[in-house]
Amino acid sequence: MSGAALETRALCKSFGALTVAHAIDFQLAPGARHALIGPNGAGKTSFVNLVSGALAPSTGQILLGGHDVTRLSQAQRVKRGLARTFQINQLFRALTVLENVTLAVSERHGVAGDFFRPAGKRRAVIEEAHALLERLGIAGEALRPVRELAYGRQRLVEIAVALGLDPKVLLLDEPAAGVPSGETGTIIDIIERLGPEIALLIIEHDMELVFRLARRITVLVQGAILVEGTPQEIAADPRVREVYLGERAHP
Amino acid sequence: MTQGRDTGATALFARRHRLRLAELLPWLLAVAVYFVFPDYLALGAQVLATVLFGLSVDLVLGYAGIVTLGHAAFYGVGAYTAGYLAAHGVGAPAVGLLAAIAMAGLAGFLSGLVILRTQGLSILMLTLVVCVMLQEAANKLTSITGGADGLQGMDVSPVLGIFDFDLYGKTAYCYALVVLFFGWAVARIIVHSSFGRSLTGIRENVARMHAIGSPVFFRLVTIYTISAAMAGAAGALIAQTTQLVALNSLSIELSGTILVMVILGGVGRLYGAFIGVPLYMIAQDRFSEIDPTDWYFWIGLLLVLVVAFGRGGVLGLVDALARRLGRGRR
Repeated sequence: MSGAALETRALCKSFGALTVAHAIDFQLAPGARHALIGPNGAGKTSFVNLVSGALAPSTGQILLGGHDVTRLSQAQRVKRGLARTFQINQLFRALTVLENVTLAVSERHGVAGDFFRPAGKRRAVIEEAHALLERLGIAGEALRPVRELAYGRQRLVEIAVALGLDPKVLLLDEPAAGVPSGETGTIIDIIERLGPEIALLIIEHDMELVFRLARRITVLVQGAILVEGTPQEIAADPRVREVYLGERAHP
Repeated sequence: MTQGRDTGATALFARRHRLRLAELLPWLLAVAVYFVFPDYLALGAQVLATVLFGLSVDLVLGYAGIVTLGHAAFYGVGAYTAGYLAAHGVGAPAVGLLAAIAMAGLAGFLSGLVILRTQGLSILMLTLVVCVMLQEAANKLTSITGGADGLQGMDVSPVLGIFDFDLYGKTAYCYALVVLFFGWAVARIIVHSSFGRSLTGIRENVARMHAIGSPVFFRLVTIYTISAAMAGAAGALIAQTTQLVALNSLSIELSGTILVMVILGGVGRLYGAFIGVPLYMIAQDRFSEIDPTDWYFWIGLLLVLVVAFGRGGVLGLVDALARRLGRGRR
């Protein structure tokens, strides 16, 4: 048994000849600020899907807080404290911002299956959801349908829904993707303010964001871990420069 | 200032399930019809039962986003259950109704376990297949269903042993109205509950519901079962009030027609069936009298107009109109 909040052991996934995860041994420490980077098609999002349970691994193990969750459903993993956001917003577009977060909070409180009591009478749930919106600075849009919001604001709702699950492990899949550069700062601020009780894994392309937030970085190339280290080590690593940073320097 | 707006947001959320005055309108109208149009109560009873059927479709289609082309399966199971009992000495309507609810619910549960594992077009196809299979089974099991001749010899006793079914349809109308009211009350409680809200979440984004830890399949099977039971109640009502059950109660055509009626009224609003079903059935009744050969054309034209001018059916049009008026006033 290890002390990691999240761990994968020899995690493999292939679709026919295409291998998206190749023997990935990965550990996310409690309270970690960890970034997963790599060129396009390196298998970063597949890794998130494997860990969250949206994809079943070919072989290997996934552990949450030391417990094997490899065979558990997405929902069961969420109950054990795992939450994720999506690279492309996955929101309840016709519903209001407040309702989006309320759905997540209701699930966590275990009341979402209740037929009888009106959802509006769940004061604790609604107030918790609203407090979360205040924390993220989107309470002013609480009653607007998500689809009416600008993409950058929707991105905050995407994070709010995940935070509504009060996760111990949070996987952020390119939180700043599609956000106008002027608004990236808001997202970085929100992530920086997350408490130490959350172990954070950020998948990201934006190097500015990665080097501001991450204290450890793992580089994934063609479904396998190339190297892991501190931001300084990663920035100085010649192999990383070659496959990743170098690629960006010479478009 | 911020405080005021914040409590506003949560307060609005907390008020949404409260009964609004307009929601009493259908019931006032239904009672008024009883006194104003005594000659139309037989048709009225059929309309009320069909509204209940439409309501059951709205629960799965409008709230959970399950596109079904086979809901007549459960309506038919309900109709045949009530009909079979009445033809075999169990004429008490309440017993037939409860048995129909149970059987249709069971049929919904069992088929739901298979159908709801799939998504989108597959669901559509499978609901259709279930309906066709049941209709063919009813066609073959002539000893139970009477096959193509329909179920013969139903003898329905008075409602609760007191109210005999009369020629004018007074009892039928009141009986259907009471059952519809119960069905509506159940549906209304469900859609405003946390469970009901989670169904809209499934409709809006299944992937995200999985990601927030929702047991999506279980929720879908639950609402599908409830909806099937409600459709079965509607089938039983029609069977008992018309004393007739035929194979067309299990038809795809009926499944499609009820879908059209609900869409005409507006889906996912609880009241779509209350508007779409009477509108369709009354239009059908009137048009077929005015123009017996081409009445279907006029129904079609009505549908085209409503769909062209309002995506949310009649209720969608009303909403759009109210918004425009509201803006004009400000």
